[in-house]
Amino acid sequence: MRTLGTSITRGILAMAGRKSPWGGGKDEPSGADGAGSGGGGDEPPGKSEGPRNPWLPPGGSTPPRRSANIEDLFRTKDGAKRTGGGGGGGFGGGFPRIPQRPDGKSWASIAAGALVVVWLFSSTVHMLGPKDQGIVTTFGSYSHTVGAGVSLTLPWPIQNVDVTDVTSIRRDTIPDSDVEKLMLTSDKNLVDLSYLVRWNIKDLELFKFRLDDPENTVKEVAEAAMRATVAEVPLNDVIGGAGRGKIEQNVRARMQAVLDAYKAGVLIQGVELKKTDPPAKVVTAFQNVNVAQQQAERDQSQARAWAGQVMAIAQGEATAFDKVYAQYKLAPEVTRRRLYYETMERVLRNNDKVVVEANGVTPYLPLSEIRRRPAPVEAAPAATPTGAQ
Amino acid sequence: MLRDIWDTHRVAVLAVGAALLAALSSVVVVPETEQAVVIRLGEPNRVINRFRPNTEFGETGAGLTWRIPFMERMVRIDRRILSVDMQSQEVLSTDQLRLQVDAYARYRIIDPVRMVRTAGTTERVGEQLQPIFTSVLRQELGKRTFQSLLNADRGAAMVQIRQNLDQQAREYGAQVIDVRIKRADLPEGALESTFARMQAAREQEATTIRAEGQKNAQIIRAEAEAQAAKIYAEAFNKDANFYDFYRAMKSYDATFADPENKSASTLILSPNNDYLRQFRGK
Repeated sequence: MRTLGTSITRGILAMAGRKSPWGGGKDEPSGADGAGSGGGGDEPPGKSEGPRNPWLPPGGSTPPRRSANIEDLFRTKDGAKRTGGGGGGGFGGGFPRIPQRPDGKSWASIAAGALVVVWLFSSTVHMLGPKDQGIVTTFGSYSHTVGAGVSLTLPWPIQNVDVTDVTSIRRDTIPDSDVEKLMLTSDKNLVDLSYLVRWNIKDLELFKFRLDDPENTVKEVAEAAMRATVAEVPLNDVIGGAGRGKIEQNVRARMQAVLDAYKAGVLIQGVELKKTDPPAKVVTAFQNVNVAQQQAERDQSQARAWAGQVMAIAQGEATAFDKVYAQYKLAPEVTRRRLYYETMERVLRNNDKVVVEANGVTPYLPLSEIRRRPAPVEAAPAATPTGAQ
Repeated sequence: MLRDIWDTHRVAVLAVGAALLAALSSVVVVPETEQAVVIRLGEPNRVINRFRPNTEFGETGAGLTWRIPFMERMVRIDRRILSVDMQSQEVLSTDQLRLQVDAYARYRIIDPVRMVRTAGTTERVGEQLQPIFTSVLRQELGKRTFQSLLNADRGAAMVQIRQNLDQQAREYGAQVIDVRIKRADLPEGALESTFARMQAAREQEATTIRAEGQKNAQIIRAEAEAQAAKIYAEAFNKDANFYDFYRAMKSYDATFADPENKSASTLILSPNNDYLRQFRGK
């Protein structure tokens, strides 16, 4: 491994050296390398009194200088170009120049070294979050699984780490849009159903290596299990709450069994029915049943209310009779007369009355006036509750 | 410096380069998810990382292996469980009912050499299996009644289908692990009649519920009336004579003595009336 690494490093270095846009490459005469220290290589020969050279000791015997201006900067470059001295020819001309290192070597080796360090660091040190696990493979062959935290592996071409979130619970809603999904129930009816499957990875190696497309497999298995289960339950149990828990349980058990048989490395956390509706086309008929149920309920409660009333009246009247009868028993004749007179008093007080001596008088009855109001004289039937009071 | 090396060891550098190239082309990486058949001059020579059940990952043949450059060729084959889907087929059951069936099969290549000989690539296996799958499924489901296709009895059919399909898949070096019906639905035409039936059933249910409600209400009323009659009878039966008098008094009260409707009746009394007995002064 080490040899491979170093050879690669060397290769990178060599390439960098060859193609370096910053000059200092192999094409330049050796003098160009050295010129960086003095800065003379960049200056055309005839312009020695140009901008002050920071590397020369100040206060020399050089003639009066002016401070550098932009024109000078360009002039130096143009001059360099004209003479064809440094700057890696036309290729490097447009690039800004990086100051060369004091010892005159190119930056290429340093850049390459930094790249190697970055590459080594990024492919050997792996930080995994608390939910993650990573599969380490050596040349494609499974090596081991690393958990949360920092772990070290060999660098990239040799070992590779595939990090996956294992503990997070994934949620698949089936169907994923709002379309109607009809399923057949055991009584050959249709139900519109949608559900949610929650699962996570139980065994990362199996999950990664066993199945072609594990995510999709979970969905397909869910679908098969749900349909098989619903086909065993009558419609009313699916729609009503009665069968739901059982369906969810069954689907979950079925899915787990199938996935375990595939060695999918998946753990089904739960299956929840989100919607169990009658198909849209017959929904009114189903609502009519609800309406009918409520109507029946209302009829019955009305009957119960009436029954309660009837009973209460009966009990009241019976009790009243009992009380009066108890008194009557103590003094039958007097009580009877008293009741009679009191009643007659009320009756006659509230009505017109005519006392007629029957013998020898022809009674004149104002029939027209009588007809105006119907006045049944017969006593009401004995035990009707409405007739009481 | 490099130029110096190039100038002095030109042959050596070239040789090293060639050797490196040869080494690279002879090194092959086979990941855990693949098995590979090495074909030497057109003839399958050996299998790398062949699927064997109950082998721990890491102890399989995956990883770095070698081949002879230019002489040997690799055919990579998926080592995982693959799936073949059957898109919506209409199946006719023995009782002449149509059923729309979606199914899938899961299989794995267990004999890569045979697979390379008969199918060539992994994708081709799937393509070849699909029509076989469809025909096996139709054949097997066509032997059963509609109801049994819906119910748990389906399990037996599935086992049979799996076996038949497996038998034929072996030709391609594949092993069928599982066959499952994803959906078994009524075809479009039958949907309408099912809806109509469901609707009729619901309407019937609604009518029944209403009638049941009315029946119950009537029973409740009748029971209450009976109960009330019993209460009355128990009380009044103590003295039928007194009851007659008592009830008559109440009745007169109710009929004639309504204070809110005064002078509603005209009563013509004869002096012989019992009420006027004292009136006569006798």
